[in-house]
Amino acid sequence: MKDLNIYMCGVGGQGIGLLAEAMLRACHKAGYDVKGVDTHGLAQRGGTVISHLRIGKKIHTPLIPSGKANIVIALERLEGARAASEMLIEGGKVIFYDAQYQTIGNRLGKFKYPTLDELEKSVKAKKGESVRVFEEELSDPRMQNIVIIKKMIELEWIPGLSVKIVSEALAELMHVKTLEKNLELIKQ
Amino acid sequence: MKKFYEQLTDKQPWQGLFMGNHAVARAMLEAGVKVITSYPGSPTPEIAEALNSVPQEMRDFHFEWATNEKVATEIAFGSSINGNMSVVFFKSVGLNVAADSLVQLGLLNLTGGLVVILGDDPGANSSQNEQDNRHFARMSYIPVMEPATPSEAYKMFLEAAKLSKKHQMPIILRLTTHVCHAKELITFGAIGESKVFKSEFDIKNGHYLPITKTVFPLKKKAMEKLDLIKKESERSPFNRVYAPFDCEEINGKKLGIISSSMPALSVMENIDNSGNAVDLLQINFSYPLPETMIADYLKEKDEVIIIEELDRIMEYEIKSLAFDRNIKCRILTRKTHDDIMGELTSERTWDILSGHWPEVFESGIKPVTQPFANPRIPQMCPGCGHRSAFHAIKQALPKGTITVGDIGCHSLGFFEPYNMGEMLLSMGHSNGTAAGLTIGNEKRKVLAFIGDSTFFHAGLPAIINAVLYDHDFTLVIMENGTTAMTGHQPHAGSGEIGEKISIDKLLESIGVKFIRRVDTYQQSKLTEYIKESLDHKGFSVVIASHPCMLKFMKQQRRKEGFVQKHVEIDQNKCKRHLTCIEDFGCPSFVKNENGSITVNEDLCIGDGSCRPTCPVSAIDFKKEAR
Repeated sequence: MKDLNIYMCGVGGQGIGLLAEAMLRACHKAGYDVKGVDTHGLAQRGGTVISHLRIGKKIHTPLIPSGKANIVIALERLEGARAASEMLIEGGKVIFYDAQYQTIGNRLGKFKYPTLDELEKSVKAKKGESVRVFEEELSDPRMQNIVIIKKMIELEWIPGLSVKIVSEALAELMHVKTLEKNLELIKQ
Repeated sequence: MKKFYEQLTDKQPWQGLFMGNHAVARAMLEAGVKVITSYPGSPTPEIAEALNSVPQEMRDFHFEWATNEKVATEIAFGSSINGNMSVVFFKSVGLNVAADSLVQLGLLNLTGGLVVILGDDPGANSSQNEQDNRHFARMSYIPVMEPATPSEAYKMFLEAAKLSKKHQMPIILRLTTHVCHAKELITFGAIGESKVFKSEFDIKNGHYLPITKTVFPLKKKAMEKLDLIKKESERSPFNRVYAPFDCEEINGKKLGIISSSMPALSVMENIDNSGNAVDLLQINFSYPLPETMIADYLKEKDEVIIIEELDRIMEYEIKSLAFDRNIKCRILTRKTHDDIMGELTSERTWDILSGHWPEVFESGIKPVTQPFANPRIPQMCPGCGHRSAFHAIKQALPKGTITVGDIGCHSLGFFEPYNMGEMLLSMGHSNGTAAGLTIGNEKRKVLAFIGDSTFFHAGLPAIINAVLYDHDFTLVIMENGTTAMTGHQPHAGSGEIGEKISIDKLLESIGVKFIRRVDTYQQSKLTEYIKESLDHKGFSVVIASHPCMLKFMKQQRRKEGFVQKHVEIDQNKCKRHLTCIEDFGCPSFVKNENGSITVNEDLCIGDGSCRPTCPVSAIDFKKEAR
């Protein structure tokens, strides 16, 4: 398989760390060579949080060059739009959980929060494809990352990413109780 | 599945996906390190996170969060001259705090060995500058190793520990942000038999008291040790050639690149992508520079580009050695000031290479990207006590008041909508800077901020100074009971290590005459205290306290039967003053297209600190959760 650059983003507090760690481990279990890196620091306080995951044999640096992301996984709409403009490769794919977290600039009226249409247009401008994910009845917003992983399995954008492998990866990362809740969601 | 600490302390060799910081912690256990000290600072705190995951009774090492980086360095020094392998680690600018003691270490015989781990921050991802600490190493006669990957960080730590012990000298392991946080599959070795703590300090191993002329034999010895280390770097496997293609001439020229650490990875990727016969000399054991190895490489090439991140250090040294040895190779370097700034990612490195050799690294094949306007500036968390503090303090400040920021979560007060804390130098600078702003200044009030961890770290000397001279300003101590910005590490006043040291009593004992303490959620009282303190002639302190709500909520959520509360806005009462959005600025509020304000329940923690800010009392706890 060709090398794949998977760019994950969201807002501090949304659980990008878990999403990234689960994807890293799952891709490794699926037999890929993986390299990843998270951005930390100030970004944790409600700023943009980013994690890079690169799979393939000929990868050296864990950082995805701008405009070279084959897959963007966003946990929030605006961050999905940002990644589509700045990171997505031509013909790339975007999956985003449609949580909407306004920036201070949005609330002060300096910037407009992107509409669904605007996001989709910017993906189409790169001849890409976008998938919106949203669960109306989600009991806990901290499970948005699990919902998106579930969708990633269904889409088969990463060959070999299965329910079994993801479950194994998650089992390494959480307590039994949380795991049960999350697996229930994934296996639905 | 094994727990994290079980993996970390597994005596047998194993393979796993690990982060750079965690890999270095594992290496410490394999190397038999006995004493490890630090002060929290990004990008290194996860080293401690790993070490602290090991239950106390299973540890055969001592780890301690020191009051600051200088104290941490001194503890590591003390334990090393007692014969124990020791480690101190901190972030880039932490070295400035440690420097007074650290610059001495190279002069002294560190019998147990001592590795200094630096978390440098090219790109200033979480720092107030992007200082290049390779300068410090040269000033202090301390060797430097610069791993490019987590695997290499692990291996280099083991080598650094070995060399440090062998030559009884400090070694710097210089990590950068994305080496600290990168993750990959690493093959670890075994952990040997546990070593005992030693107390073998003997002055005969020294001497240890450099003063006046006694400095010279110590300095001479430091330089002789560096000569020995240079032999190690000349034959080190960490310095090697990367040549994926048979290296032929291109347009009649033999071309090479010299780079180090993470930028060398960018170069490798670019060589692969170019498909052209260029090779790379990667120098990761970078000080002392392996001069012979580099000279031999240069002699074989017609042109070499030096790709290094941040300052021109390797570049000047390589040019100098080429000049001395009369080597004819043309040495090309980064051209612009911009190239001296930020991380050398692969796309930026491509541009630099392409600038010199457009036929090898073709321009114009760059992918399309558009910069995205609408930045997401970090903010204080929902419920953060600092937000209530800034909101309340703002009401009390006369026009023209100068506000001085410091380091910590409250640095975020500089951003909209608070715009408080208008300058920043370093940890604990605020009191000194504020004092300077008061001198000869009869017109404008001065108010300084400091966090509680920073208060203990480097705040006290300037506070004592302010008391002595009775400098006329108000200090607001933004107390949240933890070192929040770096991930909730304990500090002297948090009560998690030994008995809590009381800030109030400390201030009283050094003679601060005006001290007020208030919970920041009591906003009107805080406003009143600030007014009173600014009217007070001379130095005054207001302790604006509220526990870190990020930490508090994490603890609450773990409790059985926890129910998440929220606030809601009574749309019939709301008159759209927008105070909640434009002045108080909690990120949980949403401004809808029709102008109404609602609450994003994903973010709201139901703390209710916003309630007093609404002029028409439209915000209240949501009914079903009351």
